[in-house]
Formats: sequence, structure tokens, C-alpha cells
Amino acid sequence: MIKLNNISLGYTGRTLINSLTAHIESGNLTALVGRNGTGKSTLLRAIAGLGEIASGEILLNNKPLATMQPAELATTISFVTTDKVRIANLRCRDVVALGRAPYTNWIGRMQESDRLIVEQSLAAVGMSSYADKTMDRMSDGECQRIMIARALAQQTPIILLDEPTAFLDMPNRYELCDLLRHLAHDEGKCILFSTHELDIAISLCDAIALISPPQLHLLPTEEMVSSGYIEKLFAGSNTESHFNIENYLKLGQK
Amino acid sequence: MQTRNTILFTLLAILCLALFAVDMMVGSVGITASDVWAALTGNNCDPIKAKIIIDIRLIKALMAILSGAALSVSGLQMQTLFRNPLAGPYVLGVSSGASLGVAIFILGAPLLGIAGSGMLSTLGIAGAAWIGAAAILTAVAAVSRRIKDIMVILILGMMIGSAVSAIVQIMQYMSNEESLKSFVVWTMGSLGDVTTSQLRLVAPAIAAGLIIAIAVIKPMNLLLLGEPYARTMGLNIARTRGLILLSTTLLAGTITAFCGPIGFIGLAMPHLSRMLLRDADHRKLMPAAALIGAVSMLMCDILSKIFTLPINTITALLGIPIVIWVVVKNKNIA
Repeated sequence: MIKLNNISLGYTGRTLINSLTAHIESGNLTALVGRNGTGKSTLLRAIAGLGEIASGEILLNNKPLATMQPAELATTISFVTTDKVRIANLRCRDVVALGRAPYTNWIGRMQESDRLIVEQSLAAVGMSSYADKTMDRMSDGECQRIMIARALAQQTPIILLDEPTAFLDMPNRYELCDLLRHLAHDEGKCILFSTHELDIAISLCDAIALISPPQLHLLPTEEMVSSGYIEKLFAGSNTESHFNIENYLKLGQK
Repeated sequence: MQTRNTILFTLLAILCLALFAVDMMVGSVGITASDVWAALTGNNCDPIKAKIIIDIRLIKALMAILSGAALSVSGLQMQTLFRNPLAGPYVLGVSSGASLGVAIFILGAPLLGIAGSGMLSTLGIAGAAWIGAAAILTAVAAVSRRIKDIMVILILGMMIGSAVSAIVQIMQYMSNEESLKSFVVWTMGSLGDVTTSQLRLVAPAIAAGLIIAIAVIKPMNLLLLGEPYARTMGLNIARTRGLILLSTTLLAGTITAFCGPIGFIGLAMPHLSRMLLRDADHRKLMPAAALIGAVSMLMCDILSKIFTLPINTITALLGIPIVIWVVVKNKNIA
């Protein structure tokens, strides 16, 4: 469970999020939506312990993030960033195996149980047959899935993903979010991912966190749909000034 | 895959031993394999030949192995830490820093009248090189903490290198003939000037650098995915960075101090290891890089003796084609 206690985020001279208090529950798949430049990545990075927050406190499973050592953090939270990892000679299986790093010894020796977890993680994202391919010979979407498998292998109660669906085609987007949903529901993980796919967020997620600067609204999906926040999000946009959520959803169903 | 690696490592080890033996035989005086064996095992052998083998060639061959392994491992560390295929102790200004230290010592000490010999000058050269290398590395690392762009770091390293050569040139211009000559000879790089007493300092320093390098193998594997990923997988970035920089100071700094600035081994040999192993795992890459570095330096030493050329020119001629191949062929190497 992620608890955000009165946190503020921003760069110097620019506030992105102001005094936000929210609880992101375990066992839930939560989508983080918002327009470009509203601080989705900044918020995710802050929760992952990669970025600073201006004020407030982040609690991961009721423990203050600020007091956690790197090793403890690595067994609590895993993060799939938008960074491209396209390294020659680096095999997919080895990337996923790096997810076991918090549990292996000083030289990274893999036990039989570690190898099993790596294979299961590869299978979960449907990449078992790619295990021996190297990262420079894969498509963006395939690389993305390998990085997600790596996060699964890390076996953390909290998983953050920054636009995991960005490089995927339509069937793969649904498949991936369905996988995340199952992980959240079946294994009680707390999964938060940022996305621009409103249709996916609405049809598959349990809750939606919507950034409308400098606030963040976190509501169960149904309440979010009826709240009018989504329409308001696009109200200022030139291209979608007459955004209508009903039409948008119908479009998605076709 | 496992058998292929076993065969590769076995072949490299055999090649290393064979070249080590050849290196002992080649020189201005040809010595047969049986004489080398006799001298090394202490059996009766021509005392002059025995002296050449034990006092000169053995030390030189050992230095070739130490310097090759040290520079190659240091290059591998720089390439992974800075996530740039063109990083190396030479490029990042580590060798320049060490050179500046040594230049100040060799050219400056006589001016102050403290030109010592023996252990004092050994320690002075090593100390000056370590301080110089560590100072440059600390500066580069401090900037890299603020500026995430790796190109900036590389350009910074090159600029520092140029600034150092300018300062060294000024010092050369101002110094006397004798110390100038000894400095110019030093910049050409030589494995042969190392004495037994110097080896007693070099070997432990390189060993310490290699032990630290082995200790950061797992962190280096994590760094392959970049710093954000490495941090979320539990890596203490500040500590890792410090250890890698310390290791490289010991490895590249010590070798530069006693053999002069030797280029291209640190840059090219890690790539040769990647090509041969077709792997990015440092648990395999690091021993391979050390072995290939040792083999290449033994080869360069043999060639430099046959053609009586400075070793620096041979390493450049051997390394540059590999670097060009890397730049042209592979754009995505770690």
C-alpha cells in the first residue's frame, strides 16, 4: 500500500502537485492519468525513491520511504521506467535475472528457486521463447515486456510502471493490463501505472488517479467516470473541446 | 554456450602462458626455451643469461601481464559506469591526471633539488600518479553527479586531457635537458624500466585494484540497465561509484606511473572480450577482459622487442582497428 501524506511535488518555481494526501490500496490496479507535463513520471519517480519531494511524506507498506535502505526498498517496490535498454550481447533472460539481485549473494549467484522465478516471470509476459535473444534485436514492445518481467522477478508487493503500454499494439495493451490486473487481484499486489489510454484505465482498472494540476483525484473507477473530472481534464484542449466520455467509451468498444 | 566459454577461457589461458614463455625468449639476446626453463627453476645455466632472464625479462613479462589485465579491467569499468563504449582510462583523463602527477614529479623534483633514487623516487612517482588520477576522476565524477548527460562527461575528460598536455608542454619547455629526456622516454611507455623493487609496489596495488573490481561485479551488472533501474534494484550508487573510481585509480594510475601512458588497451580489449564471449555479464566479461588484456600486452611487448619500437606505438596500432570496428559496426554496445 502506498500512502501519500500531504506531499508536494515540483521543480524550482513550478508546482506540479500541491499537498496531496492519498492511499493507493494493495490488491488494486490503479491507473495514473493526466495530460503531458502534469507530473505523472515525477510522482512515480518520487514514490520509487528516485526523486525528491518538496514536502510531505511517502509511506510504503506503512514505512516511511525516507528511512528505507536501498536493499529494503528493492524488496518493497519495483519500477518499470521509460528508459530504453538496448544493449548488445545482453540476453533477455539475464535482464530478468537481474530482478533477483536484491535476493542473491555478492556475486549474484542464482539458486534453483531464482531460476524458476525468472522462467515464470518470462512466461507471465509471454516472452519465454525470447529468453535467449539479445536486447538489441527486439522491438520496443518486446523490450518493454522484458523489463516488466524483470519487475515481476523482483517479487515486490508494490509495482510502479511508467507508461508500460506506450509501445504496444492494441491487443498487447489489453493483454498487459489484464496481466497487471490479475497480479493485483490474485497476489494482492499494489500496482500503479501511468497511461494515456483512458479506455484501458476505465475498463480494466479498479481505481483511477487523475492529475489536474495542482491536484490529484483518486477515486474508484466507477466514481471517477461519473465525477466529471475526466471531461474537465480535456476541457481546455483545442482538439477535444467537446470531449464526451460516453462517445469515447463507445468508440473503444467498437 | 557453457562449453564454448570453457573452451575460450582455456585457449586464452594457454595463449597467455605460451606468449609469456615466448616473451622470455625474445630480445636483443636470443635465449632458448630450455635456458629459460633452467634459469627459472634454478638449474645450472649461463649466469649472464640467468641474470637477463630473472632480472629483466621475467619482470618485464610480469609487468606486461599486470598492465594488460589492469588497463583492460579499468576500461571495462569505465565503459559500464559511464555507459559509453568509447570510455576508457585514457579517454576520461585518468591517464592524463596520472601523467600530470608524474610530470610534476619528474620535471619538477630536480628543480627543487629533491631528485631521489630507489624507493623514494618509486613511491614519489606512484604517489604522484595516484593523486593525479584520483583528482581527475573525482572531478569528473563530481560533475557527472550533477550533469546526467554522459557526452558532457566524455567531452570533459577530453578537455581535461588537453589542458593537462598543455600544462605538461609548458613544463617540458621550462625544464632541463636531462629531466626532459627522461620524461619524453616515459611518455613513450615502457615495460622495461620497472625494477624488482618497483614491482613490489606495483603488484600489490594492481592486486588491490582487481580485488575491488571483483567486488563490484554484481553492481556493474545492475548498472547495465542504467542508474534509475540499478537504484530500484537495491544498488547503493554512491558507494559503487566510489569503489569503481578507487579501483580504476589503482589500476590505471599505477600502470601509468611505471609504464607511461599506454593507450587503447583499456578502450579496445573490453570490446574484444564482448565480441568473443557474446555476453554482457561481468562475471564472465571481467576475467575475459583481464586475460585478453594480458595476452595483448604480452603480444605488444614481443613485437616491440622484435622491431625495437616503443610499446605505446604498438598498442595504438593494435587497438585502433578494433576501436574503429566497434564504432562502425556496433552502435549499441554497453
